[in-house]
Amino acid sequence: MVEPILDVKNVTKRFAFNNETVTALANANLTIQKGEFVCLIGPSGCGKSTLLRMVAGFETASEGELLMWTKPVQGPGPDRGMVFQDYGLFPWLTVTKNIGFGPAARGRPAKEVKETARRFVEMVGLTRFADAFPHQLSGGMKQRVAIARVLANEAEVVLMDEPFGALDAMTRERLQAELLEIWEAQKLTVLFVTHAIEEAIVLADRVVVMSPGPGRIVADERIDIPRPRDPTSPEFNELRRRLSGLLAGHH
Amino acid sequence: MTQQPAWRGPALAAAFPLLALVAWHFATSGRAYSLIPPPWEVWLELRDLAVGGIYDDAFSETLGTHALASMSRAYGGFGLAALVALPLGMLIGRVEIIRAMLDPTLQLLRPVPVTAWLPLAMIVFGLGPRSAFFLVFLGAFYPILINTIFGVRSVEPRLFEAAAMLGVSPSATFAKVVLPASLPSIFTGLRLGLGLSWVVIVVGEMTGVQTGLGAIIMEARQLSRTDIVICGMAVIGVLGFASDKLIMLFGQWLLRWSPQHG
Ligand SMILES: Nc1ncnc2c1ncn2[C@@H]1O[C@H](COP(=O)(O)OP(=O)(O)OP(=O)(O)O)[C@@H](O)[C@H]1O
Ligand SMILES: [Mg+2]
Repeated sequence: MVEPILDVKNVTKRFAFNNETVTALANANLTIQKGEFVCLIGPSGCGKSTLLRMVAGFETASEGELLMWTKPVQGPGPDRGMVFQDYGLFPWLTVTKNIGFGPAARGRPAKEVKETARRFVEMVGLTRFADAFPHQLSGGMKQRVAIARVLANEAEVVLMDEPFGALDAMTRERLQAELLEIWEAQKLTVLFVTHAIEEAIVLADRVVVMSPGPGRIVADERIDIPRPRDPTSPEFNELRRRLSGLLAGHH
Repeated sequence: MTQQPAWRGPALAAAFPLLALVAWHFATSGRAYSLIPPPWEVWLELRDLAVGGIYDDAFSETLGTHALASMSRAYGGFGLAALVALPLGMLIGRVEIIRAMLDPTLQLLRPVPVTAWLPLAMIVFGLGPRSAFFLVFLGAFYPILINTIFGVRSVEPRLFEAAAMLGVSPSATFAKVVLPASLPSIFTGLRLGLGLSWVVIVVGEMTGVQTGLGAIIMEARQLSRTDIVICGMAVIGVLGFASDKLIMLFGQWLLRWSPQHG
């Protein structure tokens, strides 16, 4: 079997909270192959963000280990780009400079940074706004910048924590389609957290269902419906029913 | 909403001072004895102070010297305060051990008003411009320090995460994230500090200093030259206003990315 790009092995995460211990995630196991699009769904507080933030290197596991290409994850790094729900753009930088931030920070030559930034600004369709500052952009545009900056930084794994949660339905659908296009073209590996079953079915190769108290993985469903997926088709509906069932806890 | 004509703002802004000027004129002109001279006489005196040729007394043509003396002390003291307070504020804000060591003392000294330092300054630095300079330094120091500390401490945690996952090393984080993110606060501190420098310099020049706008006002008061007192006040007002406008323009350019400033 081929080496997985990400391997989460028996990971447990506990937080100290008001002299108590909260188990945010218990005994999670998850293996992701290069190029897979995996969605994490589950009710609030089931540890989705915690799992994602451990893969990103922002948190360390209390038990178990997280491996990328068989090596333990040690802190955040440019190979794992994160897209936050609240964007996390640098407000003092233009769109172009935000997108070129990673390559510039890693000491790439100025000319290459400029060229890379220009290419990715174009890829997310923001050429007209190349010199705008984040506060001059709509939410959808900000999220495009956030996606472009991790891609411009050659992230192999893109971690997304409810990236489209704050956007209106139409913008969300358009960004979902764009994300799928980019994912295919760039051969990315995506780990995508969402509350919405529909979003997970539209996007994912695999949907990982989580459950709270303590947070754990309860199911891992493969989706073989060819893309683009039609939310009104019978297979889509069948899947939606099954996933709602899993989420509600009677499986 | 209807479009307001372009002259509306300036016209409204000018209306009140013009009215006040008219009232001043009618309250003081043609009186045999008035404590306050009429505006026309003050205007003549201002011209004499600036370029001479009217009264040719001891004050003629001295305005430039006094204004320059005040400005060099105010900006010098301000510059020195910025030079000390900016790095110190960054250290206190970001280095725990330095904060633990210095912050309590600085907070304890902060409530002592600048003017209460004046007697001590005069004892240490003697009567003269050096005391005034020291007061300006103190006056500008705290607003710059406090706002710098606040700025470097209140960087959104999300930005550190964003920088880290994009490959910024911990040692580069200060220059890449902390410094730009705290610029709005730092600028607020500088602006407050500059305003205070100007206030404090005039107070500082009122005892034992030969030149400066504060000095000329006090001297004129002793000689009952109310016209010169008013001229001095007007010049202080105009220069302070211009200096604030300049730093505001600089801030608008520096912070053009910020929705609160740009
Ligand atoms: N820094 C922390 N300190 C203490 N407890 C935490 C911390 N981070 C998360 N938790 C706890 O861990 C549990 C899982 O949180 P997490 O944010 O991973 O949930 P989530 O699935 O992302 O929820 P949501 O869908 O609402 O974003 C929660 O009970 C939360 O209170
Ligand atoms: Mg979450």
